[in-house]
Amino acid sequence: MSKGEENKGATTQRNMIQAINNAMDVCMERDDNVCVFGEDVGYYGGVFRATAGLQEKYGKTRSFDTPINECGIIGVAVGMAAYGMRPVAEIQFADYIYPGLDQLVSEAARLRYRSAGEFTSPLTIRTPFGGGIFGGQTHSQSPESIFTHVCGVKTVIPSTPYDAKGLLIAAIEDPDPVVFFEPKRIYNGPFDGHYDTPVLPWSKHPASEVPDGHYAIPLGKANVLREGSAVTMLCYGTMVHVTAAAVEELGIDAEVIDLRTLLPLDMETIEASVKKTGRCVIVHEATRTSGFGAELSALVQERCFYHLEAPIERVTGYDTPYPHSLEWAYFPGPVRLRLAIERVMEDVSGNV
Amino acid sequence: MAKAPASPKRAPRKSPAKKPPAKSAARKSAAPAAPNRERPAEPDRYTASKDELLEYYRQMLLIRRFEEKAGQLYGLGLIGGFCHLYIGQEAVAVGLQSALDNDKDSVITGYRDHGHMLAYGLDPKVIMAELTGRAAGIAQGKGGSMHMFSVEKRFYGGHGIVGAQVPLGSGLAFAHKYRGDGGVCLAYFGDGAANQGQVYEAFNMAELWKLPIIFVIENNQYAMGTSVNRSSAEDQLYRRGESFRIPGLQINGMDVLEVRGAAEVALDWVRSGKGPILLELKTYRYRGHSMSDPAKYRSREEVQSVREKSDPIEAIKKELEAAGVSAEDMKATDKEIKAIVAEAADFAESSPEPHPDELYTDVLVEQY
Repeated sequence: MSKGEENKGATTQRNMIQAINNAMDVCMERDDNVCVFGEDVGYYGGVFRATAGLQEKYGKTRSFDTPINECGIIGVAVGMAAYGMRPVAEIQFADYIYPGLDQLVSEAARLRYRSAGEFTSPLTIRTPFGGGIFGGQTHSQSPESIFTHVCGVKTVIPSTPYDAKGLLIAAIEDPDPVVFFEPKRIYNGPFDGHYDTPVLPWSKHPASEVPDGHYAIPLGKANVLREGSAVTMLCYGTMVHVTAAAVEELGIDAEVIDLRTLLPLDMETIEASVKKTGRCVIVHEATRTSGFGAELSALVQERCFYHLEAPIERVTGYDTPYPHSLEWAYFPGPVRLRLAIERVMEDVSGNV
Repeated sequence: MAKAPASPKRAPRKSPAKKPPAKSAARKSAAPAAPNRERPAEPDRYTASKDELLEYYRQMLLIRRFEEKAGQLYGLGLIGGFCHLYIGQEAVAVGLQSALDNDKDSVITGYRDHGHMLAYGLDPKVIMAELTGRAAGIAQGKGGSMHMFSVEKRFYGGHGIVGAQVPLGSGLAFAHKYRGDGGVCLAYFGDGAANQGQVYEAFNMAELWKLPIIFVIENNQYAMGTSVNRSSAEDQLYRRGESFRIPGLQINGMDVLEVRGAAEVALDWVRSGKGPILLELKTYRYRGHSMSDPAKYRSREEVQSVREKSDPIEAIKKELEAAGVSAEDMKATDKEIKAIVAEAADFAESSPEPHPDELYTDVLVEQY
């Protein structure tokens, strides 16, 4: 549990999927307007089992299957939301979201503005994203910066079971459309980037103690995972664990910030940290060019330019489609993190 | 509380229709848009020669054994990620593609594509090596199970996004017509993909421009874990083209000779310039949707029953017997296929992975 948050009563050990499932359960219990739907979501309980048991508990009118038509799924969600419901739609893989992009960009994200606030679209799109599962180009992408580029939609990415539940509840209750990216590589355990060693299950991680009741983690509030003074590490999703592990292995006094939401962005926390450390490494799995790291880098230099002691470093996926073979050559893992940290720690005289 | 659509009740599924669909589908209240519109002929079950039968048997068996081996390699961790096996559906690719003119026709399909590649007689070694992500794979390890291509055979892939290949099929057909090369495009998709909006955009354009394309719905009854009835308002998928004036035929996809017979009718229709046609092939996949699917949405008995009653390979064995092929001859073929598959697996396991430099090639013509 993050510090400063109240004790939420009884907890249960949950992995990421179970925490996400529980968040929807809690919201459905509290509010009739919450419905969950998507491909294989109802009867089957979701290909990743995120909606397992919800149809049994809430019936076929509140947890249901849709045909395979992402444009239709998101379009229907926009209509439901405009009418006052709280739809939670699943897009089975983030790679499948593109047919629904028109509805999300032109409708969901713009309804509030063009009706001067009279109609809104408080929907949540849950979608698993990211690689490390050997899924190749159509099951591994990280398209988050496409959504942060669209005004009128929020982008949320959790990194632990505890955060996943609290952020998903906040997303469902948020008055605006939210795209909730679930890092599928860490559904079952906090993968640290060492693909050749077994992943610890969530049960070994403190953030798997998830309160049973309702709690929300505010959107736009980053989590300072580790305080430090040498360098600021900005990361989200799977890369939080990869980054934290790399920092521990290097024994560097880095400040690791899990952004949790990309939009709204907790610039206050980022700015305070970089002004303290004077150095910044941005880590994401998505391709580099026009990735979210570009935005972060611009913001950091705008706000912290006179505090920076080294150029900002980005550790990202390469600018290629996600490869089928060579996945681990593509994945921005421990080696690339170490090299970036070493570069950013060089002082102005060039000495390490 | 607002009502969301629940799964509506459905009439029991009909067995594959034997009659032309338009007659049974006609309603009193709806005046037919074009009552005298020409319909394709009723397909006959194909009469195959002994050599043809042997060839179908050989191809279907190769697909079956190849896929079983792929499943094993997956279990051993040699194939990673997503792997969708074609076991049970062999008669579809073999029956249809055996009727094509390989010098001019083109084929495109979704992610369950190994069978279509093999039905073309492509080398099983390079297909298996693609599954294991090796440099010797047909897409040099870049595509994997779902994304395979062959310029030589005019096979345009292998597409991982459900339904996305269907508009491409209309584009291929447009190019056939534009060039006047006499070719036809065979565009496969599944019962799940049949609900994607872009499929209907592709239908409309294909009929509007009278494109030479055969749309093929491989209806294996389940879109991942969701049955046709749970996801489709019109579950008789061969009717899905009617509002675009595309005639549809529903065919038993478990019988390679019925499939081949339908292919003849469809090719006649399309080659004579009448525009697209839609074939719904009722088939069944024995395995899960992918290797990670335990298939809990259907009973073991259901799968067993299909295997026992309508297995396409068992069916053609009976045809072969009737044609006077001896059990020894069939066994010799089995042995030959087994050796081919073993060789493919060895090749796929032992050939090297791509060089890391390959990460940056083929993104654009030039590296950047």
